[in-house]
Amino acid sequence: MGNFILRNIAKFVLLMIAVSMVTFVLVSISPVDPVQANVGQTAYINMSEAKRAQLAEYWGVNTPLWERYANWFGDLLHGDLGTSLRFNAPVADVIATRAVNSLALMATAWVVSGVLGFALGVLAGANRGRIVDRVVKGYCFLLASVPTFWLGLVFLIVFSVWLGWFPFGFSVPIGVSAADVTLADALHHLALPALTLSVVGVANIALHTREKTIDVLESDYVRFARARGLSTWGALRHHGLRNLALPALTLQFASISEIFGGSVLVEQVFSYPGLGQAAVTAGLGGDVALLAGIALFSAAFVFGGNLIANMLYGVVDPRIRKGEAHA
Amino acid sequence: MPEDAKSANALKGGSSLLGHFAGDLAPVLYRPRKARVANRKLTLAAFVVAVAALAAVVVAGVAVTDAATATDFSIKNLAPSLQHPFGTDWMGRDMLLRTLAGLSTSVLVGLLAAGVSSVIALIMGAVAALGGKKADAVVTWLIDLMMGVPHIVLLILISFALGKGFWGVTIGVAVTHWPSLARVVRAEILQCKQSAFVAAARKLGQGPASIAAKHMMPYVLPQFLVGLILLFPHAILHEAAVTFLGFGLPPEQPAIGVILSESMGYLSAGMWWLAVFPGLALIATVLLFDAAGSNLRKLIDPHSSQE
Repeated sequence: MGNFILRNIAKFVLLMIAVSMVTFVLVSISPVDPVQANVGQTAYINMSEAKRAQLAEYWGVNTPLWERYANWFGDLLHGDLGTSLRFNAPVADVIATRAVNSLALMATAWVVSGVLGFALGVLAGANRGRIVDRVVKGYCFLLASVPTFWLGLVFLIVFSVWLGWFPFGFSVPIGVSAADVTLADALHHLALPALTLSVVGVANIALHTREKTIDVLESDYVRFARARGLSTWGALRHHGLRNLALPALTLQFASISEIFGGSVLVEQVFSYPGLGQAAVTAGLGGDVALLAGIALFSAAFVFGGNLIANMLYGVVDPRIRKGEAHA
Repeated sequence: MPEDAKSANALKGGSSLLGHFAGDLAPVLYRPRKARVANRKLTLAAFVVAVAALAAVVVAGVAVTDAATATDFSIKNLAPSLQHPFGTDWMGRDMLLRTLAGLSTSVLVGLLAAGVSSVIALIMGAVAALGGKKADAVVTWLIDLMMGVPHIVLLILISFALGKGFWGVTIGVAVTHWPSLARVVRAEILQCKQSAFVAAARKLGQGPASIAAKHMMPYVLPQFLVGLILLFPHAILHEAAVTFLGFGLPPEQPAIGVILSESMGYLSAGMWWLAVFPGLALIATVLLFDAAGSNLRKLIDPHSSQE
């Protein structure tokens, strides 16, 4: 067990170093001129040549890449991710406030899509070949081809513009001071983005669970249970579910990366002030520090999900756990 | 038989959604004879139709690119009608023409990006399978690294690094989409390496180059082709997503992502047709690629040909 923890910490550190390097190089080779991006177009034109040179020195235009990386990484180790230009605040603070919004959205979608997908998968698997199965399969197949952001737009048109059930974007009502925002308001604004993200997330888990359900129904122990007189649903409930739930949970943890990616698009569609929207704003506005910070955060987040999935694999299948011990 | 197919699917990593469909093996022997007759011809016909439809979209899109940007303020903001099936936008541009032009751009970018991506996948997979333990570890680690950051975030980073625009999105999609196909190639080559016919060829004195050309290529190529075609839908969807976010194709280029992101400003005015129809057309295109890929898989992959 200690070995397992140590190895994963090493893996995590290695991954973060690699991601930070790749991220830093990518944001650094961008043709966006840091001086121009930081002071703005008008100020840049009106500025004297000497002032420009001074600022170029300040933003480290002439410092070699590796030295800037070393400085940035050193600060990173102290918990200092730099200052965001767009939000005029420390990157860590921006990420912290935004992450709360994003996590609420992702957690809701994660749970809803997991439960819904699992239920649909079991339903389809138990009714294999029948109409229900075909509908579920068709739905999942279609969803794989539907762009997340387009679905968000359609939901906006139907539920916000036509039916007027939900607000048109943002996470809180407009014109209300932060102190007066109630939980109900926040949930009301969360509902539509979360629904979009959930509907898209169902496909993977439903198809996986469907296959597993078919496997379980063909197994010897279910055949024996049926021979003892249990109904299909009884056999599934008593013997099947526990064999189905853990793999599904594992898969759901492993799919955190997709939910994060989907949330970037959904947040953009609904103007929902989360991490994804911040990343887009940072990227479009040349806010290098914030973009790099969010990339690192997302990598750590995905690593966490994959780590939990890996640990669950061991719980699901003891053979993997034994393999871990040998290695 | 189901066991074999399943283990083969497991080897391929099964990371794509379509893996689920391939693993879904109906009990062939119970199938009535009628359903099996001419199955192969039907599959072939479906494949040809899908490819032809895609080609038609590209040709039509390129042909109408000029007409798609023509503005006419006397017919702006029209709801769908017989003259303008997809309606018109706030500059009086016909949305059907814009959508067609946008689709052809998307398909071409998708083709280019997926093509480059598949070459990377082939090289990486071959290096991992043939280059020994260390090379394998390096490639596996690279794949982990690519998978470690959400695709969209990585695409934003790469697009940002390359100054956005056409090359930003194309290279971004090409660089991020190879891991799943590289895993397939690696697994196939490893399987091939251990097979009896390769061992026999080696004992008969054939050199590595001739074994690779004569025995490995025919073995890996079908899987590779199918994987390549199934990469297109992902590539197109990601291109549209990145463009939608503002990191991809520039606003003056007709692209589905541009159309959809511009439509956002007009939704509250009730102009639903600006978003709904272009999106549906994009979905149809993606489904066509899926149909082409899965039908081709049925034609050339022995594991799924019995479905």
